[in-house]
Amino acid sequence: MELFNYILTIMPMMLTGLVTTLHMYFWSAIFVIPLAIFFAFLKVSGPRPIRWILNVYTWAWRGTPLLLQLMVAIFGLPTIGINISNKFAVAAVVFCLNNTAYVTEIMRSAIESVDKGQYEACQVLGFSRVWTILRVIIPQSIRIALPPTCSMMINLIKDMALVNIISLMDLTRSAYIISNRDSTISPYVIAFIMFLLITSVLIKLFGVLEKRAMRYD
Amino acid sequence: MAAGFWDYIVESMPSILEGLVYSVKLFFLVGIITLPLSMLVAVAAARGPKWFKGIYKVYSWLFQGSPLMLQLYLAYYGLPFFDVILPVDFVVITVFVLCFTAYQSEIFRGGIISTDIGQYEACQVLGMTKVQTMLRVVIPQTVRKVLPSTCSQAIVLFKDTSLVATIGVGDLLRSARALVIRDLRIDAFVVVLVIYLIISSILVAIFNKMEKKYSIYV
Repeated sequence: MELFNYILTIMPMMLTGLVTTLHMYFWSAIFVIPLAIFFAFLKVSGPRPIRWILNVYTWAWRGTPLLLQLMVAIFGLPTIGINISNKFAVAAVVFCLNNTAYVTEIMRSAIESVDKGQYEACQVLGFSRVWTILRVIIPQSIRIALPPTCSMMINLIKDMALVNIISLMDLTRSAYIISNRDSTISPYVIAFIMFLLITSVLIKLFGVLEKRAMRYD
Repeated sequence: MAAGFWDYIVESMPSILEGLVYSVKLFFLVGIITLPLSMLVAVAAARGPKWFKGIYKVYSWLFQGSPLMLQLYLAYYGLPFFDVILPVDFVVITVFVLCFTAYQSEIFRGGIISTDIGQYEACQVLGMTKVQTMLRVVIPQTVRKVLPSTCSQAIVLFKDTSLVATIGVGDLLRSARALVIRDLRIDAFVVVLVIYLIISSILVAIFNKMEKKYSIYV
């Protein structure tokens, strides 16, 4: 009973943390798919210099740990004179760019897996290049890329735990602070359960989405 | 870059290298324990008793559904509340092994259950025991099938070793952050970024070679 009361008293702070985490997740996730589709198309059929830049981008962002990227942005950039006071925005941009690098590669391989004959068929039918891409290639690629993209989006919510290192009051940070203040483990357990619930809900949601997308297969 | 980049790098190299050694050690230790362990878990989860399957489901839900960083925090800051004082390295390795076994055993399990049931029957007809069937027929095929996902998991593991920096263990990232905060210079981060890029590129190259070599018979 005592434990129950204690949990009730710390709940407001935990929930505020949860809201920050979800807020961050929203802003990190919302631009990933449009950006990734755009980048993937440039990678497949863009001009050579742009392709080269995008190759370096996906290689560098996928080859280094997210935590390091966050630290460079938060602690490193100010030392070379780039001072952005809005830590929340900086972190969201890092999360977005990191996840976009992975999803770009997923989209690229999905686009490349669409048969060459379809391009030729569209040409025969007199479709313009843009029309071919928008109406024929993209809808198919999205379907192929959906399952791995969904698992990237689930990874992204788990990556949100990293936010605490930049001392924003997210879920993990709140747990850390309450746990230090009250010398108890329960805030961590609550944060753990909250993450489990969110990922379970996301997995269910994406499962429904995948089923809907696959209904013509 | 500020003047004296190279002098500064040479001066701070020992502490960066020390961190690198820790990261690499952690990577290999966790990898060496995780691989056989997750194969055992996967075989038991695919062909074992029902109660084990139940436990396995809960285990993989717990460890795949929560952030590794939170698992580390929970173990590192939580265990002392139960008067369990363990060496930090032991706690770190255990958490990493538990977490990565959850992902890896799911990969292995997928490979095992995708083996056609007819092969088990064929083995039975040939008079092979269950253990022989597993060791000589099912597992060799599974290993080949799951090689690509296992390789990408290994690269994830190497990058995730950087998380230990957050609980005060002296890995590559921890050394770099200490230098950046002490000297207010970004150079150490640049060096560590380059080190991570080189190592993950080498890993990718090795794994691509391996995949090519072993995919011949698939």
